Amino acid sequence: MTYAAKNLTTGGRELIAFRVGDQEFCVNIMSVREIRGWTPATPMPHAPVYVLGVINLRGAVLPIIDFSARLGMKPAEPTVRHVIIVAQVKSQVVGLLVDAVSDILTVSDSDIQPTPDIASDFERSFARGVLAIEGRMICLVELDSVFPHEERDAA
Amino acid sequence: MDMNEIKEIFFQECEEQLAELESGLLKLNDGDRDPETVNAVFRAVHSIKGGAGAFGLDDLVSFAHVFETTLDCVRSNRLEPNQEVLKVMLRSADVLADLTNAARDGGSVDEARSRQLIKELEALANGEVPQAAAEPAPKAAPPAAAEPVPPVNEEGFQPVAFSFEEFETGEEPAIDLPTYEILFRPKSDLYAKGNDATLLLRDLSRLGEMSIHCDMDDLPALDRMNPEAAYFAWKISLKTDKGEEAIRSVFEFAEWDCELEVMLAGDEAQAHEELPMQPVPFDLSMLDEEPRAPVEEEDRTVAGERNIRESADSAAEGASNVVQMTPSARAPAENSRSAASAAAQSAASQQAASAATPTIRVDLDRVDRLINLVGELVINQAMLSQSVIENDANGTSSINMGLEELQQLTREIQDSVMAIRAQPVKPVFQRMSRIVREIADMTGKSVRLVTEGENTEVDKTVIDKLAEPLTHMIRNAVDHGLETPEKRIAAGKNPEGTVRLTAKHRSGRIVIELADDGAGINREKVRQKAIDNDLIAADANLSDEEIDNLIFHAGFSTADKISDISGRGVGMDVVKRSIQALGGRINISSKPGQGSIFTMSLPLTLAVLDGMVVTVANQTLVVPLTAIVETLQPEASAIHSFGASQRLISIRNSFCPLVDVGRILNFRAIQANPVEGVALLVESEGGGQRALMVDAIQGQRQVVIKSLEANYTHVPGIAAATILGDGRVALILDVDAIVAASRGQSLKPEMSLAAAG
Repeated sequence: MTYAAKNLTTGGRELIAFRVGDQEFCVNIMSVREIRGWTPATPMPHAPVYVLGVINLRGAVLPIIDFSARLGMKPAEPTVRHVIIVAQVKSQVVGLLVDAVSDILTVSDSDIQPTPDIASDFERSFARGVLAIEGRMICLVELDSVFPHEERDAA
Repeated sequence: MDMNEIKEIFFQECEEQLAELESGLLKLNDGDRDPETVNAVFRAVHSIKGGAGAFGLDDLVSFAHVFETTLDCVRSNRLEPNQEVLKVMLRSADVLADLTNAARDGGSVDEARSRQLIKELEALANGEVPQAAAEPAPKAAPPAAAEPVPPVNEEGFQPVAFSFEEFETGEEPAIDLPTYEILFRPKSDLYAKGNDATLLLRDLSRLGEMSIHCDMDDLPALDRMNPEAAYFAWKISLKTDKGEEAIRSVFEFAEWDCELEVMLAGDEAQAHEELPMQPVPFDLSMLDEEPRAPVEEEDRTVAGERNIRESADSAAEGASNVVQMTPSARAPAENSRSAASAAAQSAASQQAASAATPTIRVDLDRVDRLINLVGELVINQAMLSQSVIENDANGTSSINMGLEELQQLTREIQDSVMAIRAQPVKPVFQRMSRIVREIADMTGKSVRLVTEGENTEVDKTVIDKLAEPLTHMIRNAVDHGLETPEKRIAAGKNPEGTVRLTAKHRSGRIVIELADDGAGINREKVRQKAIDNDLIAADANLSDEEIDNLIFHAGFSTADKISDISGRGVGMDVVKRSIQALGGRINISSKPGQGSIFTMSLPLTLAVLDGMVVTVANQTLVVPLTAIVETLQPEASAIHSFGASQRLISIRNSFCPLVDVGRILNFRAIQANPVEGVALLVESEGGGQRALMVDAIQGQRQVVIKSLEANYTHVPGIAAATILGDGRVALILDVDAIVAASRGQSLKPEMSLAAAG
């Protein structure tokens, strides 16, 4: 992890990178509580398609979001090789189903490029910027906009 | 810890003291004349006063002071705590509670009421017996200074003759310089709390001309001396015009840790009879710096004892005087025969004190966290057992034994942790006695509240939520249930009505019963009202029970006239709803002319729920058992189609709508065939029945309730979640919402979770 090593000295922030399909994303490591394997979830009635259901996380009821479906991509077909990123968003703890966790990155703010202007409003709402690292493009995700919120957009 | 925290602790303690005060007064009201009860009441007011003084809560202090003074009259047998006196005191306790609340939350109090009570209390303290027919609140007693009374000290208190038996003769105290005989016998607690007998005696000497005798009879041999014990007592003769109160106030902070008797000289003969004590000459000068005086002057002691005292004296090594020697003579020794009586006495007082079990205050969040963790432990333990059994079919016995023990332990831990939240219903019941008093005063009725089973324990959250519906029902019972005294006499009843509040455990639930001996429900009028309100058809044939239950109907609460006509009904729908929200049920039975009984059955805790575990479209769901009336296996002949999509099931010649739970929760696209499933007959809030179709019943189970809202959002039709033995989450059905949805209100529009992008 040469890139990380280079940036440790500059006191950048740490991100967790993960893969969904053929794309890479990352989130701030401070909001990640743990990473765990997939377990079957209990479906919720009338839930949006990207809410896979809820699982038991040591006694707490944890909703699981299919990240791929959330972004309007192909819904995941969860297998034992999928992982759940358990993340804290404000007061809620939510699980994010992704294909795999790939990296821990240490970047400084200057490494983050603004979201390219080809993006639609939808992509803009969750992307906070992009990182170009060793030839890869990694999208920095705004977790707040990915997770469901109480009382938001009540139809 | 800052000032506010300390203040908060004071107010919490006040709450306890107020509860203690009220329960003590109620005990006295029931004829309890145990001096310990009087003391407990006095102590409660005294501590509130003390704390309030420290925080500068002047209103509270001045009221508590007057109250305390009057209570002191009762304590010293100068005032007979009869019903009339206790009425004033109970009202004073209410005012004291109001003042405390006002000091805490900054609210206002009814000043006229507290002024009135101060007058009444002062009148009582002055020995004015209230008229038996005293009106409830106003114009009760004349102002305090009406009678010519002995000199009043600076606190507004005048000395009153004190004796044990002849108190009723109304003997006036000697006005010029009465001599008091004071017996002061410290317990070891006095010294343990840092008090010093020397200082108390010195304070006392400031009140007037004083002579002291030290009683050393209890002093055991040195080798038998308990260093922690107190062996000396003092008999003091004090000539003073300050009055008994002033003398007692010297011992204000020591009075619970010593035996103290104060009496006017003249009762000496009697005093001697009761106190077989040999007074020892004791000079006040001994309190000063001369160490050896007392032992030398002592001439009435047995020689052996003298030796012991001398050695005790030297053992005290430089102890400046005998008085101080008592606490400092701490040679390791056993209690001896002479100390035995003192020990017995202190044991008796300890027994009295142990009636109140020591408690600690804990933040409810911490307990909740613990309960959560234990719930996890139970589930984990179940999962572990399951996987051990699966992976190791012929398992070694040591593993199985270990698992069994683990299972027992976890169950025990779970029970104990649940018990932490359990509290007696007593505080709620006590609050009700105040409400009864107030409503009785307002309506001019005479009511007696009898409570039973107030030590029945139930979860704190249940207790908290019980107060409101109970208040409502008590109000109704007194206001509408009971007749006026005149009507009661006319009906040949005791003019004093009785309201009985009972709590007991029955099959894992708490049952609370509220019974009155009033007129009962006037069924004719209830029925008429229901017909007028279009609740029932004019020719409907209803059983008595059905008519009684009409008062729970929402329609009844809007018509306020019903309270005058039927005797019941205002807001009873609200009561029913809040009881149901607690997972409880309420029933009424009424006998004309004999009164009504409301019976509430509530779960012991809100953290655990009795549920029916069912399967719907391959999902496991839990249906709260309280909602289920019965389960049945539908037969094809009982199913009737109704319109395009509705289906009804006939149950004993009535038709009940069928609701497919799987369909309404959107777990499947088409309705399941009812014949292949099981119907749960449920009753919802509005009283409407529905047959909920599920695929299969797995069994009944107690489940731990988990919040969905914490991490997700409210889901219509789902009340909460739980975790099953296999570690998976199961949803708990919100039966009321499902029934409402089946009436045509879709579950979907309430959905708060929508695409956010």
